Amino acid sequence: MADPMKIRAQLQGEVADVKVLMFHPMETGLRKDAISGDIIPLHFIQRVVAKLNGKTVMDAQWSRAISKNPFINFRIHGAKVGDKVSVSWEDNMGAKSSIETTLN
Amino acid sequence: MGTKKIVRLSRRRILRILATGGGYLAVLSAAWLRPVMLLAAEWNQAAFEAKVLAESLKNIGALSISDSDQIQLKAPEIAENGAIVPVEITSKIPGTQSIYIIADKNPQPLVAIFDLKPELEPYVSTRIKMGESSKIRVLVRAGDRFYMATQEVKVTIGGCGG
Repeated sequence: MADPMKIRAQLQGEVADVKVLMFHPMETGLRKDAISGDIIPLHFIQRVVAKLNGKTVMDAQWSRAISKNPFINFRIHGAKVGDKVSVSWEDNMGAKSSIETTLN
Repeated sequence: MGTKKIVRLSRRRILRILATGGGYLAVLSAAWLRPVMLLAAEWNQAAFEAKVLAESLKNIGALSISDSDQIQLKAPEIAENGAIVPVEITSKIPGTQSIYIIADKNPQPLVAIFDLKPELEPYVSTRIKMGESSKIRVLVRAGDRFYMATQEVKVTIGGCGG
């Protein structure tokens, strides 16, 4: 995957506003391929973990009902310039991705 | 289901990598400080695969739930496309630890669980799929208490099959 994630973190005072976009099909396992008529297998992000300087601040479990190319927005307290915010995901087929940004 | 097995294997691999990297102590101390975290780290298969709302609720441990006006749930009243329904949640409940999103009439009602550490503002915004018009329910857990806010969302085109 060329560009599996995007992250944007903005520091507003002591709060880091973090927006993340993940590129993933989030297949429900209910859709059929338009040409072959075969069911497209269930394929979705199950876990999303956000960290501040390596410490977990958010641990999310997802179902297949999160929209395709998932978006999340969350806010971390007590953040400062130079802090590192990272977000990683793992899907039901074992694929993983992560991204990190430094607050400025 | 094969999904769980894959997750377990890869987690074991992560632990091994951490151990060789000297991160083992950090993992141990984190586990000692917050034993609940380890439980929360498993994908709650029973709750997510439940087809009936009551069963999802039982599997997340929400046996009694109080309605609360301290949860702000922002979602469209009419969603033209059920594949992308924006949902924004702000909780004013002190000690908010987890936020759950549920779409009552989805084939599997439980959509997501967000466990928030104290560093996180009790806020989350994301986009969900809805198969048909339904009530969206947001549950907030603080300790062992559950609170709820709901909103009806009309869906013009469903977002599950196709």
